[in-house]
Amino acid sequence: MLLVDDIQLAFGGLKALSGVSVHAQAGKITSVIGPNGAGKTSLFNVISGFYKPQHGRVTLDGRDISGLKPSQRAYCGMSRTFQNIALFHGMSVLDNIKLGAHTKLKSGVLSAGFRLLQTRKEEAELSHEIQRDIIGLLELDRVQHHPVEDLAYGLQKRVELARALVMKPKILLLDEPVAGMNREEKQEMSRFVVDVRNNWNTTVLLIEHDMSMVMGISDHIVVLSFGKPIASGTPNEVRANPAVIAAYLGAGDDVAMAEATAA
Amino acid sequence: MNSVALFLEYSAVGIASGGIYALIALGIVVIFKSSRTFNFAMGEMMMLSAYFFYTAAVTFSMGIFFGVVAALIGSVAVSLLIERFALRPMMGRPFIAIVMVTFGIGSIIRGVVGMIWGPNDLQIPAILSRSPVLLGSIFIPGKTARAFAIAVVIVISLIAFLRYSRAGIALRAAAADQITAYSMGIDVRRVIAFSWVIAAVTGCISGILMANVNTLTPHLGLVALNVLSVVILGGMNSIGGVLVAGFIIGWLESVTGWILGTEFREITPYILALLVLLVRPTGLFGTKEIERI
Amino acid sequence: MLSQVETTTIPTPLRTNNRDWLWAVLLIAVLAALPLVAPRYWIYFAGLLGINIIVTHGLNIMTGYTGLLSLGHAAFVGVGAYTVALAQIHLGLPFYVTIPLAGVVAAVIGIAFGLPSLRIRGLYLVIATLAAQFILNFVFVHWQSVTNGDAGLTVQPATVFGYALNNETRTYYLILACVVFFTIFTLNVIRSRVGRAFIAVRERDLTAEVLGVQIVWYKLVAFALGSFYAGVAGGLMAYFNQFVNPEQFGLLLSVFFLSAVIVGGMGSTLGAILGAVFMTLLPEVLREGALTIGGTFGFDIASILVPLRETIFGLLMVAFLILEPRGLAQLWKRARQKFSPVRGSE
Repeated sequence: MLLVDDIQLAFGGLKALSGVSVHAQAGKITSVIGPNGAGKTSLFNVISGFYKPQHGRVTLDGRDISGLKPSQRAYCGMSRTFQNIALFHGMSVLDNIKLGAHTKLKSGVLSAGFRLLQTRKEEAELSHEIQRDIIGLLELDRVQHHPVEDLAYGLQKRVELARALVMKPKILLLDEPVAGMNREEKQEMSRFVVDVRNNWNTTVLLIEHDMSMVMGISDHIVVLSFGKPIASGTPNEVRANPAVIAAYLGAGDDVAMAEATAA
Repeated sequence: MNSVALFLEYSAVGIASGGIYALIALGIVVIFKSSRTFNFAMGEMMMLSAYFFYTAAVTFSMGIFFGVVAALIGSVAVSLLIERFALRPMMGRPFIAIVMVTFGIGSIIRGVVGMIWGPNDLQIPAILSRSPVLLGSIFIPGKTARAFAIAVVIVISLIAFLRYSRAGIALRAAAADQITAYSMGIDVRRVIAFSWVIAAVTGCISGILMANVNTLTPHLGLVALNVLSVVILGGMNSIGGVLVAGFIIGWLESVTGWILGTEFREITPYILALLVLLVRPTGLFGTKEIERI
Repeated sequence: MLSQVETTTIPTPLRTNNRDWLWAVLLIAVLAALPLVAPRYWIYFAGLLGINIIVTHGLNIMTGYTGLLSLGHAAFVGVGAYTVALAQIHLGLPFYVTIPLAGVVAAVIGIAFGLPSLRIRGLYLVIATLAAQFILNFVFVHWQSVTNGDAGLTVQPATVFGYALNNETRTYYLILACVVFFTIFTLNVIRSRVGRAFIAVRERDLTAEVLGVQIVWYKLVAFALGSFYAGVAGGLMAYFNQFVNPEQFGLLLSVFFLSAVIVGGMGSTLGAILGAVFMTLLPEVLREGALTIGGTFGFDIASILVPLRETIFGLLMVAFLILEPRGLAQLWKRARQKFSPVRGSE
């Protein structure tokens, strides 16, 4: 589905990524993990089109999208969430979610201003679809009319997921979906991600620091360290890989390590 | 006189008037450096100072020296009040909101001055000699030349002050990174207030000089908007670059005024600004920042 | 996490429930009946108010919803006014052609100024609009052969089916129709995909980009709408005053519209109306007050009216930005909640 092939990215002389390849298979949850500073977020920014790598390609469904702008990639069926919540303040939860469907709607300013049939129809369909597919699935019915800034952290993360889902993406990129959450919220979020995959057969690529989540839900894991891939495989294979253990120990990330081996 | 000589003369006069613009530009940049605030009220601060001078020197007949001192004190006081009660509450707010606040302050000052001193031109006591200066065969009007000399001396001393004094170093540290500066024990609030004091001083002197070269009206400050436009396009980072921008505006105004007619002077900086945007949209010296998402 | 402009947006009272529609219809009916009872001066004033509301709607779309600051909106109003005057004088076009034309010309000229700087964020657009303010005003004054300079141009009243709109009352209805149209149009745009994209661009442009919103395109659309509204309003102004000259479109007018947007509440359509009403009424009230006081104490207040306005526009702008950035719309909302406890929480 999504193929990231031999990416090389440098800022000035500083190499952020070298020789990174990831294959997110259709209908699977693929995770990229690694200690802090391993280049996970850089990789995501390459995939969404904010950074132009010096070498390598990104293909989606067999189509090379390396040259496309972020907004064009959205039109190709790519959506993502952000590590630091990036919701639009001053809008309700529902309107935030509707923004996720921007690429699916067609109304221009005249059609919207005169409220022509096209606009009425697509807005009604969108509302219907959100109520049917998203609000229930992510349990947002009680907060949908609230201003988004009034929501608790965990809920805001869920709204972001909802916003990424309305377009029914081919590939869903999740940037640390459980960062900063408590245990209960983490479990909830893991459940939602799995639900989404199971219900819609969405391909998911996520980067995450939290080992228990990654080990629990991933089908395939790629491990990065200092911008280089050092291991990949199923959760069990990765867990047993000495290079991974060394990387985490070397990074002094004992907590993550303990979680990884315990999970 | 042939056209080459005329060109040289208009250029010299233009660059000479650019000295005052450089002084204004310095005031704008200092505030920008300390707090990332674009001060759209700079011109009005400058114009108000000139009225202070007029009032002290003429109305209260304090003479030129004490007039200047009184104007300086008044300008600094007003500047600090603006910083404390209008800008400080806006810390952390979106930049367009801050721009609108300074723009609003400009409007307040223009209005208040109009109400107190009226809309008509006032003649302030001449502090600059009229006797022309000759540079070889180039003839520069006396006031312009002397205003240039004073402006340049002050600009240079202020730059030296910013470079070598403790306060100046604190300012530059805060400009580079507010949080680090704060953690190193620099009181960022005081630095910001200090930058407003500097701006008040440059505004006051440029205002008095400008009112001497031209006459004093509530619209005297509009010239600072020209300067601001060009300065923003020149890039707000380097003080040196900003000064050059001041001279360039002065030169261009003078030369276009000569070629196209004086009425074109007032819009020259804006045409320049639009051209720059068209050709080099990131500004002349601007760099594209990599942003964290 | 800084939002570009602090506002609450979508739920304007006109939209949320049927009762609001009822009120709106009632209000329009009252406004339509107004000329039957109100003195002529009121009608003149209401016309002026309507024109200001249209401009404020436009500027609010740009500055309030999309976060694009314009310091030169008066100049775009001027472009509309001159377009009407010139189209009528030289081409003899009727108002139903000249008014839309005024909007289109203003939008095109607006875009010509704005386009280079819309590609970049930050202050460049502010500078470009300031440039528009001064350069366009310069053109109005100095392009003598076309604009007749400071002396200005005279405009004949608009005619509808051979019926000349030659007094305040008749023009008032034309303006009222435009106000209703532009208010509804704005509300419709804002609650659509386009409006959501505007707010997204204002709040977090990079996130908007990831969602597929083409930032530059939507900035352009907002800018075009903002200057179109200004142009139309300028056209109405030309018919209303039957006279166009450069003095009407100075920097002070730009400050006026900006304060109307701020005072009303950036990013609120109701706010734009409240702001325009408040800002239009206030100087009149002040003037009456000042003239009365001046008359009583026997000194000449009239001469300080212009600077007095300038001061008050600025003061309101600063005060609202600092104390209540959501403006009168927010105060209105609070008052409603206070006085109707039953509907307090939707």
